[in-house]
Amino acid sequence: MNKLIDSLRERLPLVIKTCYGLLALVLAYSLTVDTSHAHTSVEKLPFFWSFFGFGAAAVIIGVARWFGHSGIMTRPDYYDRDAECTCTCSTTQKSSGEHA
Amino acid sequence: MFSAFTHPALILIAGALLLPFIRGPLRRPYLFLVPLLAMGAVVANSALPGQHGLVNFLDWQLVFGRVDRLSTIFALIMGLMAIIGTLYGLHVDNAKEHMAAWFYVAGSLGTIYSGDYLSLFLFWEMMAFASTFLIWFRRGERSLAAGYRYLLIHTIGGIILLAGIMLRYQAVGDITFSLMDVKQPELYTWLIMIGFGLNAAIVPLHSWLPDAYSEASFNGSVFMCAFTTKTAVYTLARGFAGFDILVLLGVIMALYGVIYAVMENDIRKLLAWSIVSQVGYMVAGVGIGTEMAINGASAHAVAHILYKGLLFMGTGSVLYMTGKTKFTELGGLYKKMPATMIFTIVGCLSISGAPLFAAFVSKGMIVGAGFEAHLNWAAWLLMLGATGTFMYNGLKLPYFLFFGENNCTNETWAKAADPPWNMQMAMTAGASLCIIVGSVPAALYSLLPYPVNYHPYGGYHIAETLQILGFAAIAFFMLKKYLVPEDKLCLDMDWLYRKAGSWFLWIAKNPIQWFDTAWGEAYRVVGLGSLMTTARFWSWFDWHGIDGVVDGLARCVRAIGGRVRTLQSGQIQFTIYFAATFAAVVLVAYVFLQLS
Repeated sequence: MNKLIDSLRERLPLVIKTCYGLLALVLAYSLTVDTSHAHTSVEKLPFFWSFFGFGAAAVIIGVARWFGHSGIMTRPDYYDRDAECTCTCSTTQKSSGEHA
Repeated sequence: MFSAFTHPALILIAGALLLPFIRGPLRRPYLFLVPLLAMGAVVANSALPGQHGLVNFLDWQLVFGRVDRLSTIFALIMGLMAIIGTLYGLHVDNAKEHMAAWFYVAGSLGTIYSGDYLSLFLFWEMMAFASTFLIWFRRGERSLAAGYRYLLIHTIGGIILLAGIMLRYQAVGDITFSLMDVKQPELYTWLIMIGFGLNAAIVPLHSWLPDAYSEASFNGSVFMCAFTTKTAVYTLARGFAGFDILVLLGVIMALYGVIYAVMENDIRKLLAWSIVSQVGYMVAGVGIGTEMAINGASAHAVAHILYKGLLFMGTGSVLYMTGKTKFTELGGLYKKMPATMIFTIVGCLSISGAPLFAAFVSKGMIVGAGFEAHLNWAAWLLMLGATGTFMYNGLKLPYFLFFGENNCTNETWAKAADPPWNMQMAMTAGASLCIIVGSVPAALYSLLPYPVNYHPYGGYHIAETLQILGFAAIAFFMLKKYLVPEDKLCLDMDWLYRKAGSWFLWIAKNPIQWFDTAWGEAYRVVGLGSLMTTARFWSWFDWHGIDGVVDGLARCVRAIGGRVRTLQSGQIQFTIYFAATFAAVVLVAYVFLQLS
């Protein structure tokens, strides 16, 4: 398995081109499917779900980035310091470093 | 083996109580046997629809065994997860941890089979208390604190639920747990819904979930990810199908969980946020309330338990072997943990709804039900959330954990390896079930509460899914520099009560302590001084005033008594003398008064 992954990583441009080729096949296939199962008319536009997938992912990345850097993401010991300020017995641990 | 209804919770509870006495080489077979027996009981019960385990208690009839299609599908997946979870932690030598896990599963199965609110509440609380120990057994102050917060929040939720049950009993006069009149909700309807909704991690009552699940022991979180929220989904599906507000709340959960998971640096917290998001789909399905939506919520609960259990087993293996859970302390692990990587990727594809994997056959039912119920806004937003799920769970998690930049220290890298055989066996079982459910959905569909008229492997659904996944992947790789994990903490709703707790402690330690000290000093100087002065005065008054009067009276009485005693001396001449004198005095006084 490791050798396969290493080999694919060494041939990254070829892997990327193969993925693009597969996506092109998917796009071609999407033009052939019966769209009568679509729930709304907008879904019947060619490649609609491709645009939706790309757009939705970009919007989510943008919103998460903006939200996180608007003050939601803070220092990792944020609550530990609070505990130190209020408790005399606040010897904190690093949970990530603790073995289960 | 089981010809009559056998409650699987009883098997698990009895098994847990006997576990400390089973030692040595018998321990592991016993650990495997008990959940297997419980699963056997669930399977046998599924052939016995109706009400069983009826117990008369005071004026009520308790129903411990309501068997129908809805309870059966949830009981089956819970029983299955109990086996997988126990197998995963088979090497854990701490009997108490297994006992807590089995009591927890027993609480879940008991709730699912309950036909009345009283027995439901009993098992509901058993679930909350038992699962707290799965957090505490990781040990360490952070887990201890998270466990207390978890217990506190669930106790509050339990009180709200109990208040709703009591109000409902007062209004309706019975304790049967059945579908509520959600079109005309009363106060008790809301209270019971909030009680259930807290366990389902409905936003804004969700903060306990990422807080607790990321701090639980490595195998504790495998159990926790399956039981609490999905049992709550069952109760909502049983009691609140078609409750409109749940559609909105479910959509909010689906998107809120996605945004936080995208920001998250801790791999297990990311999965916890993912639970909030995925349970949002089920809650929305319950809110939509049609047969297809309830089928979708039930099918997604089954799929979710399988893939989320698998993902928590994969990340739990990383924690167990390396001791680390942060992306910023991990990376490039495919070289050291290849089997774990494969299992985790199967979980990632399953949660992403890729064809042939679990969620592909379940998530679309809920979204489709939304469109069919003309709730297009909800269906579109759920599709947006589904794309986000692929982003953070299908791409971010495996990429930054197994392939991205290697942030491991030499010590972490040296420790990294695939976990023991039993953990790999459990992951093999989980991964196989994810693929079986996704590839051959007919078996799952045959267990759903209502007849299924849904065909996931139509050309349109496959083309739609592949386009979304493919182009979301392009967006991910184009924008991945904005997704590189940062060693940060993401503030959430728990900020409110954690800050409130800190403020309370500060107020207690500063102004209240100062006031208490000042009040004590003032009391000592003013209150105590004046009290002592007053006491001294009353002492003096008592000594000289009260005692003087009392003693004077006593002396007077004694003197009179002395005089009177001479009258009783028995000498007749003194008696005649005093009587004649007294008579003379009276006579003279009378004459004098007459003359005057």
